[in-house]
Amino acid sequence: MSSPAATGHIDHHHDHTTATGIPNKKLLWWAFLASDCMFFGALISTHLVYRLNPPPGNAVPTQIFNIELTSFSTFILLMSSLLMALAVNAIQRGNIRSTRTMLLGTMFFGCIFLGGQVFEFTHFVEVKKMTLSNSIFGSTFYTLTGTHGTHVAIGVLLLGMMYVRTFKPASGGGLMLNFLHLLAVAVTFGVAFIWFVPGMIEVIYGASFPELLRHHALPFAAGIAGLVALIALGRARGAVEFGEKNAIDVEAIGLYWHFVDIVWIIIFTAVYLLEYL
Amino acid sequence: MAEALAKHAYTGGAHAPARKATFELFARPTAKTGLVSWLTTVDHKKIGMLYGGFAILFFLIGGLEALMIRTQLIVPNNRFISAQLYNELFTMHGTTMIFLAVMPLNAAFFNLLIPLHVGARDVAFPRLNSFSLWVWVVGAILLNVGWLSHFVPSWKFGGAPDVGWFGYAPLTSKVFTPDLSTDLWVLGLQVLGLSSIVASLNFIVTIINMRAPGLTMMRLPVFTWMALVTSFLLILALPAIAIALVEVMFDRNFGTNFFEVSGGGQPILWQHLFWVFGHPEVYILILPPMGYVSEILPTFSRKPLFGYPIIVFSGVAIGFIGFGVWSHHMFTTGLGNVATAAFALATMAIAVPTGVKIFNWIGTLWGGRIVTRVPMMFALGFIWMFMLGGFSGIMHSAAPADAQQQDSYFVIAHFHYVLIGGATFALLAAIHFWFPKFFGRMVPEFWGKVSFWLIFVGFNCTFFPMHFLGLNGMPRRTWTYDSNMGWNEGNLFASVGAYLLGLGIFTYFAVLVWSLFKGQRCGNDPWDARTLEWSIPSPPPEHNFAAIPTVHARDAWWYEKHHQEEIAREKAEHIKAEESHGGIHMPDQSWYPIISAFGLLVGAFNFAQLHHPVMMFGNQVLASHLPLAITGLVILLAGCYLWSLEGPGGYHLHIAADGKVTESRGDH
Repeated sequence: MSSPAATGHIDHHHDHTTATGIPNKKLLWWAFLASDCMFFGALISTHLVYRLNPPPGNAVPTQIFNIELTSFSTFILLMSSLLMALAVNAIQRGNIRSTRTMLLGTMFFGCIFLGGQVFEFTHFVEVKKMTLSNSIFGSTFYTLTGTHGTHVAIGVLLLGMMYVRTFKPASGGGLMLNFLHLLAVAVTFGVAFIWFVPGMIEVIYGASFPELLRHHALPFAAGIAGLVALIALGRARGAVEFGEKNAIDVEAIGLYWHFVDIVWIIIFTAVYLLEYL
Repeated sequence: MAEALAKHAYTGGAHAPARKATFELFARPTAKTGLVSWLTTVDHKKIGMLYGGFAILFFLIGGLEALMIRTQLIVPNNRFISAQLYNELFTMHGTTMIFLAVMPLNAAFFNLLIPLHVGARDVAFPRLNSFSLWVWVVGAILLNVGWLSHFVPSWKFGGAPDVGWFGYAPLTSKVFTPDLSTDLWVLGLQVLGLSSIVASLNFIVTIINMRAPGLTMMRLPVFTWMALVTSFLLILALPAIAIALVEVMFDRNFGTNFFEVSGGGQPILWQHLFWVFGHPEVYILILPPMGYVSEILPTFSRKPLFGYPIIVFSGVAIGFIGFGVWSHHMFTTGLGNVATAAFALATMAIAVPTGVKIFNWIGTLWGGRIVTRVPMMFALGFIWMFMLGGFSGIMHSAAPADAQQQDSYFVIAHFHYVLIGGATFALLAAIHFWFPKFFGRMVPEFWGKVSFWLIFVGFNCTFFPMHFLGLNGMPRRTWTYDSNMGWNEGNLFASVGAYLLGLGIFTYFAVLVWSLFKGQRCGNDPWDARTLEWSIPSPPPEHNFAAIPTVHARDAWWYEKHHQEEIAREKAEHIKAEESHGGIHMPDQSWYPIISAFGLLVGAFNFAQLHHPVMMFGNQVLASHLPLAITGLVILLAGCYLWSLEGPGGYHLHIAADGKVTESRGDH
């Protein structure tokens, strides 16, 4: 890392301590993403191989998909990339407040996407009767999109850890506070994508909101408690250690986030859109 | 100065106590000797030695498994071991030798040599490196834990894995292997893959980003180039088998149909996914050995390597083409004429860069003053034996001929010529060559040569007859055979050869152990070599280089030896400059990599037996292993969380004019 004390200015595009000028962390992420491409490559290949050679009695995708909903959540996921880019831009300018807002926004958009997937999976299993084991299409579909969903969820968790880290005090302890803060993030966003967003989609499709509240009272109460804790812990608490020098950390997670988006564009095309040709 | 540095490295007192960090659950370890120092080390040299030690242990275990196989086959209709145990032995022999012996031995040399070759003080991510090591240990435990059920009947793992090292579907389905051995095999390989990917990412960043000033890519030692290509192969090939293993795991535990014919699955998909990984894997095993040989041959020919750029380019070409030849393992599955022809052509094409390398090595020897020390003899053996393996490989590339050789002992002969005659010979050369560097003692020449000849003769006696056995129709993996098949003499000869080979390997390692304690002490550069690791004391101090070297030529240390004044001036300047920035920065040790790996062990071990009840002293305590698997996951996550908050930490070393090293912790 270049020393900000020595130069008084941070060059976000060149690290003079490495042989190539690329920061080590960034290179690690790029190499990992290359590897991750192959994970998705193998899963997408499996899906397409069996889609092109379906056994008799295989599920019919167009009768199962809800393309309007998936298009909407795809749009939200793409917009989350915009917020991610804004978060990187904010930290490069040293604006921590704006970085925090953008990180939370990215996470929330990620949760809307994940909530859409939770709704979709539940709907497919309960209404369309397609499970992991009763057709090969179910096996490949759930494994592929589930792996992608896991990537998004891990991304939300990483962003949450980054968000909490922006509160790390410049001196003194704070491990317990950090842990509680992360717990609040995990509970809030976990409730958001497992219960709240799928519930709201059901309400849009005609379910009753009070019924929903009664049905999931406990998780919603936990979510509201988490949200209150999040707001309380999110107030300024004196000098923090996080700053412009950490831009590379935010940027590295950003690389991952954008990659997960790009992979979704491929999956959305190969798994969903091509079925409507 | 050299001795003062060396003394400091591993025998000095504990580090200065770590300063309290902002986020800290318990104090960072600072022990420099003893068990804790090894468990928490982030030093690439210690990690390399741990990899090497474990790998040699498994190499010997894999060798014993092979000797049991050869004993069973020594005479027709033998009943030395049961057919079931035979299946377990050939499965675990293959899996062990590939994943637990050759790959980690290569990883050991990656760790030991890459930072020294690029002129760095450690790898790019030292704690991640420690994590790779311990995750590898977890994978090794998962693969081998099944053996215990032969000794403790109440541990019902169903014995060791017995589905063959490539675990073809549908043999791995619950119908054919209902016991836990296959689940443990699946998770063991999965965990080993994780370890390799993490380690490779680390090496890629280290090689590309941590090169010393002046060390351009085309000045990198060939070994390091091959390590880079291998690392890329690993990160790109392992995902294919990871997904294939996930699919098998889902088929076995969660009712999916990926390879279940009754549910519309196609077992051939396993073969494709496996070999998309499996063939690059072959080059993952052999490219680093090509690197060792490319370092050893010039040293003992007293000549620079012949055609350096061509060797590097050939290595990269092998890496590329290696991804396009996987279906030559599947010529008999009925791919269709066009696909078969294409894969046959690609397979013939990949022989070209390999052949180019052979010619370059011969060109290096040509006109050189050849010194036949033990490493050189193994390296020369490598060229010859690897070529023989290559010739039978070319025979396989002709699809019609391959249809005759498929699954016969001819294939066994072929891949043992490339993996023992090739990879293992080069590894034995490398161990002998770099032993003095990392232990500061020489291996006696006479006993080294005795072990070489025993291994060389034993190896050829074992595997050369297998060509004829294969062409006479002896199938691989056969538990026994009738006496009227015409295979009696060949098998007897091969088994006696195997004992000779075993004796040679025993001699080799016995001599190493002896040398560890009694070998003649050596200086920095006992072989008069060419690369940077020989410029520092043996064994190297923990910070490797007192001054980060500036590289002026391809054979960097050779240049330094012949421009001593210029280099001394440069080094003095570097030491002064670094001291003015606060001294040499060293990373702190950490508990979290091994804690996270322990969580992975608990999680994976219990996940493998997910649907089975948890028994304790014959009583059922839990209906399934799910709670225990989740406990492991929580330990893993907690370890990673605390690790991420802990920060790299670190302390500084200061080198005085007389070579004395002092430590400090400060805000610099």
